[in-house]
Amino acid sequence: MIKLVGVEKTLGGQPVLQGIDLSIPVGKLTTIIGGSGSGKSVLLKHMIGLMQPDRGEVWVGDIEISRLSGTPLNNVRKQFAMLFQGAALFDSLSVFENVAFPLREKLRMKGPEVGRRVEEKLEEVGLTGMGHKFPAELSGGMRKRAGLARALVMEPEIILFDEPTTGLDPLMAKSIHDLIVTMHRRFGFTAVMVSHEIPEIFGISDWVAMLRKGRIALMATSAEFQRTTDPDIQEFISVGGTVALPGSFVG
Amino acid sequence: MTHVIAQLGAWAVMRIQEMGRMLLFVLSAFAWLARPPFRFHQIMKQLHFIGYRSTFVVVLTAGFTGMVLALQGYYSLRKFGSEGLLGSAVALSMIRELGPVLAALMVTARAGSAMTAEIGIMRITEQIDALDTMAINPRQYLIAPKLVAGILGVPLLVAIFDVVGIYGGSLVGVDLLGVSQGAYWNSVESAVEWKDVYGGILKSVCFGLIVSWVCCYKGFYTRQSAEGLGSATTEAVVLSSVLILVGDYVLTSVLL
Repeated sequence: MIKLVGVEKTLGGQPVLQGIDLSIPVGKLTTIIGGSGSGKSVLLKHMIGLMQPDRGEVWVGDIEISRLSGTPLNNVRKQFAMLFQGAALFDSLSVFENVAFPLREKLRMKGPEVGRRVEEKLEEVGLTGMGHKFPAELSGGMRKRAGLARALVMEPEIILFDEPTTGLDPLMAKSIHDLIVTMHRRFGFTAVMVSHEIPEIFGISDWVAMLRKGRIALMATSAEFQRTTDPDIQEFISVGGTVALPGSFVG
Repeated sequence: MTHVIAQLGAWAVMRIQEMGRMLLFVLSAFAWLARPPFRFHQIMKQLHFIGYRSTFVVVLTAGFTGMVLALQGYYSLRKFGSEGLLGSAVALSMIRELGPVLAALMVTARAGSAMTAEIGIMRITEQIDALDTMAINPRQYLIAPKLVAGILGVPLLVAIFDVVGIYGGSLVGVDLLGVSQGAYWNSVESAVEWKDVYGGILKSVCFGLIVSWVCCYKGFYTRQSAEGLGSATTEAVVLSSVLILVGDYVLTSVLL
């Protein structure tokens, strides 16, 4: 469903992506790992057209999106939802209004149906009774849950997760991972996650891809990935994914 | 020497590129305004923020401006025995110049800086990216309502400014300094013409657009840091203020 072909991107004069060839399996949970500054978030943003490659192609289904803008790009984005690193909740809206936002803006939904769907999603993410609170009143984990509820409310086909557990304590991070897996199994969307949480991601991912020196060093199923004989990759996953590999982008 | 010229050239090219980007920014926002959904609720909300909530500071500024104008004007006019013309002096100054300029500067300081900060924080915390990912155009949702509210709100504030300023002048001129009330208001009525009023309205519409345009642009393209946000807010207020003063001269020379 999502395919990147020869994608290159330079930021601040430094090459970040240097020829990415990647196909995301439909209906599976694919995690992208790599050293700090390796371009994981940049890669994720290309998939939804928040960034355009300097060279290469980005395919969503049978539509090439790298040169799209305006209404054609918005039509492709209707298949997507994204959970940002900081959840990106709208500060001036309550949790309820944040989760209801896509329903009201995109589907022009009104009345009690909005309330029903929002309360349903809040219950699924464990935020029952929190609809009246504002983002500033929530903990980091609660904000991520609210962001996930907002991402799920439109029942998208593809959800992108940009480091969903960064900044959370290990217990909270595990609960967010468990929530993502539960939702993924229940709704069957295609999930692409960027994460540093090694080895936890091997337990929840169907596929794992590693970014190194601007290219995909390896993409394999979770089990096959852990059995790789590449010494750099083995070192990376054995120290928990916190090492900056050569060729990382700093800026 | 070559290096200096090259740097100057690079700076000039950057400035021209920025001017082009600013123009495309406002044109795309207006283009999206014409497409549904028409965001009446958002426009009213921004009109409340830019217009209604600036009323107090505008009234305060207008009152004291009118009062000090009357004070200064009285002593100048008294030298020629023309105290009776105080009303026209205050009214024409307010309606032609001080009303549009000072009201716009107050709105810049209060609402303009807040707009830049709000949009800048949304940029830094990826809320604008979140709008994009939801297939909601940020220019249509965030920017266009603010532009419309600026164009509608500032002229209304200028009207309030003019009225309060003229009454402030009356308070000092008539009640404190002893100018005849009849002379004051008769000179206002005889001096102020329709072209003064529509000139003031035209200026206020242009200044309202400048404030909302510049402040929204600076917030939208904030650099991703606290320092970037601080710089953006400062630049927005300074650039808006300068453009208001430059625009005032240009419009005055065209209208006269």
